[in-house]
Amino acid sequence: MTRYILRRLIAMPFLVLGIVTLAFLLTTVTKGDPLTAIVSDRQMNNPEVVAAAKAKWGLDRSLPERYAIYVGNLFQGDMGTSFITRRPVAQDVLHRLPATMELVIAAMIVGATIGISLGVLAAYFHNTAIDHASRLFALFGSSVPVFWLGLALLYVFSVQWGVLPGPGRLDARAVAPPTVTGFMTIDTLLAGEFRLFLDAVWHLILPAFVLGWAVAGTISRLVRANMLEILSREFILTARAKGAGEFRVVVGHALRNTMVPTLTVIGYSFAYLLTGAVLTETIFSWPGMGSYAVDAARGLDFPAIIGVTIVGGVVFLLTNLLTDIAYVVANPRVRLG
Amino acid sequence: MNAHTPLFEVRDLRVAFGRNGVFSEAVRGVSLHVDHGEVLGIVGESGSGKSVGMLAALGLQPEGAKVTGSVRFKGQELIGLPRRSLRELRGSRIAMIFQDPLSSLNPVMTVGDQIAEAVRLHNPDFSRKAALDRARDLLALVTIPQPDRRLRQYPHEFSGGMRQRVMIAMAVANDPDLLIADEPTTALDVTVQAQIMDVLADLQSRLKLGLILITHDLGVLAGHADRVAVVYAGQVVEQAVVDDLFARPGHPYTRGLIASIPDMTRESERLFSIDGTPPALGRLPPGCAFNPRCHMAQDICRREAPPASLESGHIVSCHFAFTGLESVA
Ligand SMILES: Nc1ncnc2c1ncn2[C@@H]1O[C@H](COP(=O)(O)OP(=O)(O)OP(=O)(O)O)[C@@H](O)[C@H]1O
Ligand SMILES: [Mg+2]
Repeated sequence: MTRYILRRLIAMPFLVLGIVTLAFLLTTVTKGDPLTAIVSDRQMNNPEVVAAAKAKWGLDRSLPERYAIYVGNLFQGDMGTSFITRRPVAQDVLHRLPATMELVIAAMIVGATIGISLGVLAAYFHNTAIDHASRLFALFGSSVPVFWLGLALLYVFSVQWGVLPGPGRLDARAVAPPTVTGFMTIDTLLAGEFRLFLDAVWHLILPAFVLGWAVAGTISRLVRANMLEILSREFILTARAKGAGEFRVVVGHALRNTMVPTLTVIGYSFAYLLTGAVLTETIFSWPGMGSYAVDAARGLDFPAIIGVTIVGGVVFLLTNLLTDIAYVVANPRVRLG
Repeated sequence: MNAHTPLFEVRDLRVAFGRNGVFSEAVRGVSLHVDHGEVLGIVGESGSGKSVGMLAALGLQPEGAKVTGSVRFKGQELIGLPRRSLRELRGSRIAMIFQDPLSSLNPVMTVGDQIAEAVRLHNPDFSRKAALDRARDLLALVTIPQPDRRLRQYPHEFSGGMRQRVMIAMAVANDPDLLIADEPTTALDVTVQAQIMDVLADLQSRLKLGLILITHDLGVLAGHADRVAVVYAGQVVEQAVVDDLFARPGHPYTRGLIASIPDMTRESERLFSIDGTPPALGRLPPGCAFNPRCHMAQDICRREAPPASLESGHIVSCHFAFTGLESVA
């Protein structure tokens, strides 16, 4: 087990290098000219300004040179400087990562909770109205685009009914607590501001639900199928013959047996959530990596684009590793060498 | 409860399954009883309704099955009993073990936790530690070596025979009055079968268990049962004290079963087996259900269901009960 994790950790830097290379190559095949992001339109005709800009941002060097310099800097934690914000990309990204993580984790919790509950209910009451309703819920979540869902829910719950707050992480009038972890829910608690904490959770609900809906749908279908199969196994009969109640039979025995595939799907849904966060953040004015990435892409801000790609990739690799570890822990029959 | 109340009494039990609105009975009016400390063997071919009948008696019938009749445990009627009260009986007063020990244990729970669960479900004041201690004693009781270590292992680390011992340990965890063992050895190797039967027989006499032993194999019952009920197509066709049954099998089906007991002393090339197969659910022939396979069948057997005849505690349902007995030996 420890050896397996060590092996995976050792492989990490190589995978990251692969991501860096890919991200780097991708920026070279785009048609846009990054100079337009650096040099104002008026100055574009001025060769001196253009040459100076090129030299300053390293755009006058050959591709392999730029690559070597970039990787060398990366080793020192330097991801270059954003064309747009003119701040170090590493600083920008690290500043925005917690907001995204908070949103993604919240969406994961929402998706897993709703998905598992619905899946269990749909299996236990299969071929009843509950089952059909949960199927519709899943179908809806996987077929409706995130941006439409986000706007629709925002309109209904925030604008029309006013039961949930609008975009943002906190009420516009609220004073944010000092940043410690970057997770608004944690930082408000650290600051001892319980009201602010509730406000932060309140603001999380809608975006987390929008982002987590599709995941909830996928998980509910998977859990339903697995539960149906497990509930027909003989050890379920054994549990009932022991005198266990239905809740215990379903949750303690059956659900526990579906945890391995369920954990895996939850873990791998991370990739979906990270990409889905881009749109969700834009809709909900969420100051995370997603909205940063959108700005970077619009502005052809190559250092920022590569930086976001690398950080997203590393987060993705780490969650996959965590998923695999959880898989082993949850499954007594697997022993990884 | 007086001295004449049997421990467990089933009367006219019927279990029907519906398909497209048509119900067919898999168990068709079974009556039997078990006394305190008695071993009742139930024998019959696959599909004769042995499992479904016993499960239904405990309220564990498959979804959609319709159950009627009467099942009394120590005089208390179980059919129609609230689920909660049934649950309190299951695993504490009445325990059950199943055919396939490979699939009857939860693969993601340690063996100790599974036994401890059985203890704590009926003794909520037991701590986890106390329940695990009890589980260890139970493993020792069914002669599993190194119970302390075994407790922490998962079912896949156990052999088939060892798993069935675990099932037995779990079943007797709360010192039940009645144990229903549904083909406890069918899935096991022949050598292991005998060991498991010994463990069961030993516990039965030590704990004074009423035991219902379900099997395909009449031979197993010869050494272990007090009385035997022979089931065919959802009905009891013969019921008698074990020695009497072997000495004077009254039903042609029973004679067929006796003839098909593998004989270890004789080098028989081919095992005897009754021709044909039992009727499928809902495909009963008219008259006696056994008539298409019976070499003694006459016209009346194809017309009328046979009445049950009682002869000094020996019940047989056959138009020609006990006829031609001399030729069997
Ligand atoms: N869930 C179900 N739905 C419909 N029919 C069923 C169901 N379960 C059992 N049956 C039918 O009930 C009949 C009796 O089955 P049962 O399992 O009790 O047989 P058995 O005597 O225990 O056989 P075996 O020796 O193979 O265990 C069979 O014909 C079977 O097809
Ligand atoms: Mg059976």
